[in-house]
Parts: sequence; structure tokens; C-alpha cells
Amino acid sequence: MLQDKDRIFTNLYGHEPWNLDAAMKRGDWDGTKELLAKGRDWIISEMKESGLRGRGGAGFPTGLKWSFMPKESDGRPSYLVVNADEGEPGTCKDRDLMRHDPHKLIEGCLIAGFAMNAVAAYIYIRGEFYREAEVLNAAIEEARAKGFLGKNACGSGYDFDVHVHRGAGAYICGEETALIESLEGKKGQPRLKPPFPANVGVWGCPTTVNNVESIAVAPTILRRGASWFAGLGRENNTGTKVFCISGHVNNPCNVEEEMGIPLKELIEKHAGGVRGGWDNLLAVIPGGSSVPVLPKEICDTVRMDFDSLRDVQSGLGTAAVIVMDKSTDIVKAIARLSEFYKHESCGQCTPCREGTGWMWRVMERLVVGKADKEEIDMLLDVTKQIEGHTICALGDAAAWPIQGLMRHFRHEVEARIDAYHAKAAE
Amino acid sequence: MPTLTIDGKEIEVENGITVLQACEEAGVEVPRFCYHERLSIAGNCRMCLVDMEKAPKPIASCAMPVGEGMVIHTNTERVKKAREGVMEFLLINHPLDCPICDQGGECDLQDQAVAFGRSGNRYEESKRAVEDKNMGPLISTTMTRCIHCMRCVRFSTEVAGVTDMGSLWRGEHTEVTTYLGKILDSEMSGNVIDLCPVGALTNKPYAFTARSWELKGTESIDVMDAVGSNIRVDARGAAVMRVLPRLHEDVNEEWISDKTRFACDGLKKRRLDRPYVRRRGKLEEASWSDAFAAIKKKLKGMKGAEIAGVVGDLADMESMLAFKDLLGKLGSKRIEGRQDGAAIDNAVRAGYLLNAGISGIEDADYLLLVGTNPRVEAPIINTRIRKAVLSGLKVGNVGNAEDLTYAVEEFGDDKAILNAIISGKHAAADALKKAERPMIIVGQGALTGEDGAAVLKAVRDIADTYCVKDGWNGYGMLHTAASRVGAMDLGLVTKGGVDSILDDASADKLKAVFLLGSDEIDTASLKKTFTVYIGTHGDEGVQNADVILPAAAYTEKSGTYINTEGRVQRTEKAVFAPGDAREDWTILRALSDVLGDTLPYDTLAQLRDALAKAVPAAKTLDTVPTEAWGDFGTAGDVASGGIAPTIENFYLTNPIARASETMSQCVDAREDIAGEATGTHG
Repeated sequence: MLQDKDRIFTNLYGHEPWNLDAAMKRGDWDGTKELLAKGRDWIISEMKESGLRGRGGAGFPTGLKWSFMPKESDGRPSYLVVNADEGEPGTCKDRDLMRHDPHKLIEGCLIAGFAMNAVAAYIYIRGEFYREAEVLNAAIEEARAKGFLGKNACGSGYDFDVHVHRGAGAYICGEETALIESLEGKKGQPRLKPPFPANVGVWGCPTTVNNVESIAVAPTILRRGASWFAGLGRENNTGTKVFCISGHVNNPCNVEEEMGIPLKELIEKHAGGVRGGWDNLLAVIPGGSSVPVLPKEICDTVRMDFDSLRDVQSGLGTAAVIVMDKSTDIVKAIARLSEFYKHESCGQCTPCREGTGWMWRVMERLVVGKADKEEIDMLLDVTKQIEGHTICALGDAAAWPIQGLMRHFRHEVEARIDAYHAKAAE
Repeated sequence: MPTLTIDGKEIEVENGITVLQACEEAGVEVPRFCYHERLSIAGNCRMCLVDMEKAPKPIASCAMPVGEGMVIHTNTERVKKAREGVMEFLLINHPLDCPICDQGGECDLQDQAVAFGRSGNRYEESKRAVEDKNMGPLISTTMTRCIHCMRCVRFSTEVAGVTDMGSLWRGEHTEVTTYLGKILDSEMSGNVIDLCPVGALTNKPYAFTARSWELKGTESIDVMDAVGSNIRVDARGAAVMRVLPRLHEDVNEEWISDKTRFACDGLKKRRLDRPYVRRRGKLEEASWSDAFAAIKKKLKGMKGAEIAGVVGDLADMESMLAFKDLLGKLGSKRIEGRQDGAAIDNAVRAGYLLNAGISGIEDADYLLLVGTNPRVEAPIINTRIRKAVLSGLKVGNVGNAEDLTYAVEEFGDDKAILNAIISGKHAAADALKKAERPMIIVGQGALTGEDGAAVLKAVRDIADTYCVKDGWNGYGMLHTAASRVGAMDLGLVTKGGVDSILDDASADKLKAVFLLGSDEIDTASLKKTFTVYIGTHGDEGVQNADVILPAAAYTEKSGTYINTEGRVQRTEKAVFAPGDAREDWTILRALSDVLGDTLPYDTLAQLRDALAKAVPAAKTLDTVPTEAWGDFGTAGDVASGGIAPTIENFYLTNPIARASETMSQCVDAREDIAGEATGTHG
């Protein structure tokens, strides 16, 4: 269990004010100028050494991502874009980070922006996070007034500003290139890659898009040293992570924990355990709605990090742990996710546009068992036809929950079909 | 020059192209829907997925730039499955109503479903239905068939330059539409029909009239403007059913204007299909011999100086030559080829051509338009200018400020500006001076005024000062009539022009006037004059004609045309002329026989030989000539004043278009938009 001294987000629950004075007492904006003075290369190499992997879901090494940005400008400015369009069902960490600890994010923007030679950061915040945007804007104003942002930010001789842009509520705008399109004022539809944003991003300029948490942890990592962060968790899955535990637990919560903590420990220690006890557990979706569901047998032992969850054919995703006890209609739960992805598909590319609706319709029939057993395999085949064939990862995200369901709960689906046919025969 | 391995075959390709293009070069077919080489890359249909070694997933070949050492496989099991999957997804919500779909037989979706899809259907849910959109009188929509490739959206935004189209909603509810239900307001709109890979956007006037396999295609040339767009005329039996573009990189690429495409229904309406002779003030049907006899009777004893001829906008060179020769035999040299009265000077050939060529516009870095609205005078050329503007061309305009679909620096509608430009005291002069390849295009509107010849001289002097350099002649004239350059080459230029002919006719100085399809002049002045009209439609030209000789339209004969660049091209006969109508030159040849001095050609080949002698330039097909620069125009005062637009209505410029119901509907549809009340009205 993570010791209090190793916590990064010390105001995750908002017990203290979010404002600049309180934040500085918590250690934010401490020696930022000196951090910047160590130079770009030092920051990037520290970030690489810390082993921080992107906290938005895909887990791409953050330091490596920053290093893709051009060292010398070819005349175009570079930008940092912070993805605060937290829309993954089950995930609510960035929201709390922004409303209770906005200065961590803003300081992170300055440091990350400096490291990639960006002229400004844009925080693209989910439209529904109205209050959080207010807090963020107020915090940015505080930082500007204090000289932490703007011309000669923190006295470093470097000019940098942070802007908040509110989205309009589309899940797909959390995909980095769709986010860029939306930021530019266009319809939020993912772009083709290559070119990658580090080459052609917002307004055609080099851009890095990072998750809120990835940016917010950067200042603390640099202050405390890459080796401190790398010493937490295990190799390739280092550091701390904010987990969002929701569903059938006694105390749903956000909690910062060490990477690799056993799922059972996470739930029992922080969320007050599964409703009705561990044995009442049916399944857990460990990383937000996109990742495949895990049955109890796996949940008993699995550790919560990128590689451990990948090994059990699921994923850490955003670390949004959705707990379902035995009262759950698991087929209906997954069908609901299918509906979500059908609703949120941008409609640009064929497999996702057509496939998400198809899958949802079949899932709805499977909920009542009104199907043939062959259709289970057909549905799986459809998920495979979508997976890996789309422009962005939304197609994959729509396919995986169904694959997870069939992998672990096929018997449940088949039983339902049998029951339906038996009833029809009567 | 990266080297790729495609299906085991090594190929070196140029840098910057995509994997799909490389596959094409290697002779490997990659299916696609959204990809189109003249549009931006969308990568949304996912049909072109191929395997690339070291890539975890199949890649969209249309969007992947080639790289050194790439190994591409297009025939693996995974690619096959990916294609089958995409095909299946495209078809689950497609209505599969091929039997009642106009695209049937020439449908990409149909063809690729057969080639790359799997047989059978696994989709048991309800299909999506989408409300049809009103895109005006030209484009018929069945939006349920749409596969969301967005080619139409990209075409209208990128090529046509109108932001009328887009997609609404998202996911499976995505709908391609014209925003606010407006019609697609572009002269190039019909091209979306060709671009649509399915039957969502089809040709409205052609709807349900024919199947593609019933049609006989004839490769021909368009005469609706002076561009000479390459077309294919699709006919069934005696009727032209539709007109499609043909690829010609240097002329029309693969686009045609709406008039080129849709005016063809005018070929069936108001046609002259038998000779007429005016008796006791009334036109009466007559036989060819009666008509010829009537002409012979009237011409008897008439002096050559009392006879004149006017050539219309659609005449081919063979007809014009025969017309000239016939009138020559009657002793008349007074044949006018500029029925709009423009003061074009035929002294120097370079003086009435678009010397750099249409594709040369892309080489220019500055373009000054003088008295022309290319958007309506030659939409294809306007499209080319837009294309060049998108890659850096700057455009200035002296004349009416119009929306040309690209940014134009407006210098004002005043001819006197030309004087300032010559003397170098004008912003346009600076721009022309600075440019490496400056271009100036003068339109007919600038040349039709009293001081037309002086304006031409002024433009010539501007060109001489700034635009004509070593290896670059940036002077260009934009014609509006298909016949005009040919007429200039044949020397059909008279002192005083068409106005003087009409004046002399009303003053009784002329006794007989021959009209070769001239319908854009005011024939009221010919009331007292014996008038012979040779043409195709019952339009202005027949109003005061005494003898009408029915002729063949451009789809009904093989004729030579020279476009505004000086490019010689030929129409081909797609159908026969209706009724008793005959090809123009045969009429003139037969008439000459009756009049007693037979024209010296019995076949089209002999006529073409004569043409080659008369106009050596007409011998070389399909090249832009390099003509010597010289002096032309007439020095004079260019008075201050505006330039009148030469085309009042794009859709009604010639007798075929005026007879076309579709073109009339286009006019009405635009009046509807103009008159429509919006939220800001009162």
C-alpha cells in the first residue's frame, strides 16, 4: 500500500482549498524556475527514466512522447495540448484533479511545455465539467498574476501561457486527433495517422497531446527525482496511479495507489470491499468501459498495472475499476456499453460506423436470448472485423467489451438463448 | 526514390506518393471508395487496407506515404478478410435496391461487392433509412444508399469552392447533406454524380431513362463554351441520353460544367427538323428543293456587296469554311464571326488565344483578370484558376466584383485603370512586375464596348510590358463561344462588325443575310432583308428568317473546333440529326450546286483538306500552339467606365441551353434561393 509520503495528489479529496496559496503549501510551484533551468534534455531524460506511461489509457511512455517534438522550430510554433475530455465511462480522476488540485496540472503544463519548446498549452476540457473549467481558469489567473505563467514564466526567461477550451460533450473528442480537430473548431473526427501530431498537430503545428494525470504528475517526479517514481510499482509499470473505483462496492472512490497493487487489495482497502463480500463479486472491468471484463477468478489475483492486465487479455486503460456483484446482468451491462459506443461513434469510417450499431443490436437480442448460438461466433467475427480496421481506437474499444464477455461469460449468454427457445417452444 | 516490395515485386516509385498509388504503378489493384486522386485523402472507407510488414494492423494504403524498404502484401488472408469485412459493413445498411437504382451497371459498390465481398448475408437487423435531400434540379438523391465516402463533400469544398455540402450528425446517423437544405450552388455541381461511387447522387434529368449497358458512348468535344471540354456522349438509338466528362489533363481534367453535362435535353426540344420557307409572311414547311429554289430565286441578280453572313457561337470550322466559300462564290466577303461585337483583332494569332494554355494557369504566379467572370464564362477554367490559387497563385481583377470561389484582389470596375497599369502607377502593375510568370486574361466583356479595340490595345500593351517574356506568354483571351477562335482563324472579321451588318440591313443597303446558327443577335433589323437561317433550333435566328435550313447539332456531326487556347479538337457524330436536318456543310454544298457554282468538296475528307489549306493550324490536333507575339488592337482612348458582364445567365447562353428544360429549372431554382425569406428578412 502506498505510503502517505509518496502521494503526489495530496488534495485529491478537496479537504484543502485548491487555490494557489494552499497549493504552494502542498509543495506546488516550488523551485519551478530551477527545474526549468536544468534544461529541456534533463527534463525529458528524467521523464524517460521515471518510466511514466501515459495515464490516458494507451500507456505510451510520456518522456518518449515528449522527445518526438522537434528540437528546433522550422518556423512553426509547437503546442502542448492537455486532454481533459475525460469521458471514458467509469473514469472520474481528471475531474477531481482539476477541481481540487488544478495547480499541479498548470505547473505541469509549464514544465512539459518548456520541455517540448511549446509556446502555449491548451487544456481541452470536457464541456460538462463546467465548474472544473471555472476552477481551472481561476487557477490560471492566479498563476498569471503571480508571474508563474505568461511572459518570463516563473522568471525562467521563457514565455508560456495556458488556455482552457471547453468541449461540447462528444466522447470521441477524447481521441487525440479528434480533440485537435475539435480544438480547431471543426467537427470532432479523428485524423489519419501518419502524420502524427508531433509533426502535424493543432493548426498544422507540432503538438503533443497528454492526459491530465500524465502532466500533473510531472512536476513532482522532477522534484523528487526519476528514481523515486521508478522505485514505485514494478519495472515498466512504475509510479503511482489514481484509480477510480465505482460500481458495487461499499465506498466508491478515487484513490492514488502504487502501480501493480492487487485488484482485491485495492477494492478491499480503499473501496470498503465488494457489496456483500468478495465472494459476491461477479466481474470487474478494470480500466474503463473499453477494456475487456474480468471474471472473479482472475480478479482474485490480478495486479493492477499495464502488463499484468494485458497478460490476462484486458488492460489498465484509465484505471477505472468498475465492480459488478452477482446481482448484475452482465450481458445487459455489456450491451449498455455497446449502445454507448454506437452512440459515440463519429461515423467517419466504415467498420465503426456500421459495426457498432450492428453489435449493439445483436447484443440487445442476446440480453433476452432471442438469438441462435451461432450468432455468438458471428458477433465475435464482427468484433474482429472492426478491431484494427478503423481510423482510431474507438472501434477497438467497442469490440473489446464484447470479446471479454464472450471469453468469460459465454455460458451465461448460451443459457439465456436456451431459456428463450425453451420458453418459445412451450 | 524509395523502393518498395509489393506482392513480392520490387518497384521504385517517386517520393511522396501513397502506398495505394505505388500499388497501382506495380499493377496491383487495390479496391477503394473514398480515395480519389483529385481530392484530399479521407481514408474513411477502409476498403484499401493492405498488409505492411512490421505493422501490427492492416494499413489504409490510400493514406500511407511510401517509405524506403516497405514490404506490402495485398493478397494475404488478412487483407482478404479485411476487405470482406468492410464490404459487409458497407452493405448491411445499403438498401441493395440495384434493380431500381440508376447507378446499376456502373456502380463501384456493386462491382467491388462482386470482386471483394463474401456471398451471403449475416445481418438480420433492421436497415437504416435516410431522408433524401433536395440538391436542386440536377442531382437526384437517394441518401439511404450513401456509404459516407465524402467524395461529394470534398469535391464541392475543394474543387468547386462552395461550402454548401457537409455531413450532419454522427455514427450510424451521419448524413451527407447540403447545409440548410440549400441546393448545391455551383456551376460544377454535376461532377458529384460521377464522383459518387454508389447511387446516392445520380443524374436527375436522366433518372430512370436508360441503363448504362444500353448506351452507345461516343468520344466528343463540348461546345457550350470555348474550353472544349472532352466529353463522352451517351446515346440510345437516336437520342442523346447524357453527357459525361472524359479525362484530359490539360483541358478539363475530369470535370465538366453543369451546362456541358445537362444541356443535352435541349438537343431534343425546339429542333428544326425540316426546311421552312416564308410565304405571305408565314413560315411554311417546305422540301429541301423548294427551299433551295426559293433562295435561288431571291438571290438572282443580287450583287455580292448586297450579301452578308453572320456565324453563330456553335459553328464548327468545316461549316464556317463552306459558309465562307459559298458566300465567296456569291461575291460576298462580308462574313462576321464575332456576333457579340467584341473587337477581337485577328491580325496576330497570339492576340486571341489563351497562350499559356489552361494548364499553364497553374504555372503562373500572378493573374490579372480584365472584364471577365470565368466562373460563368468558362467554369472549367475558373476551377483551374481556383486550383492554382490554392497552391499560391494570386489573382487581381479589373471589372465587376463577383464571387469566383477564390480570393481576388478587386481593383474596381473601371477601364481607365488599364491606363494606370500600363504607366506602372497601379498596384496591379507592381504585382505584375514582381511576378515571375505573370498572366493577364481579357474577357469578351471588356471588348464589346465602343472602345473595345482600344481596350484590347491597352491589354496588349500591359501584356507586352509585363507578361511576355522568354518562353512565357502570359497574355490570354478568354472566349465564350466554341466557334470564335476558328472564325478568327478563317478571317471572318468585317469592318464595323455585326452591328454594321445589322445597320446596313435595316438601311436596305444589304439585300440578303445568311445566318449560320447565329441566335445571339437582334434579328429585328433583318425584317426587310432576305434572311437565310442555317441552324438547329427555333431560337432568335428564325424569328425573321425567310428560309430556314435545318442543320446538325454538335452531337450529330464530326466537326473541328479550336478552343480558347488554340487547341484543335473534333466532335464525333453520336446520333443522326432529327428529321430532314442535315450536316451543315452538306447543306451548303447542295445549295451551291443549286446556285450553279458547286463548292469543290464532295466528302468531309476533301473539306478537311481545304480547311487545312485555309487554316494550317487546324491540321494539328490537340496541341497548344506557340504563336508569335505582335501588335494588335487599335490605339485609342480608353474612357473611364464600367465593363458590362458578357454573360447574363450562365444557363442560357446558346440555343441548345435555351431549349433545355433542365437549364430552365436551374434558372428557376436560383431565383427561388434569391427570393427566399430568411430569418433576417424584416
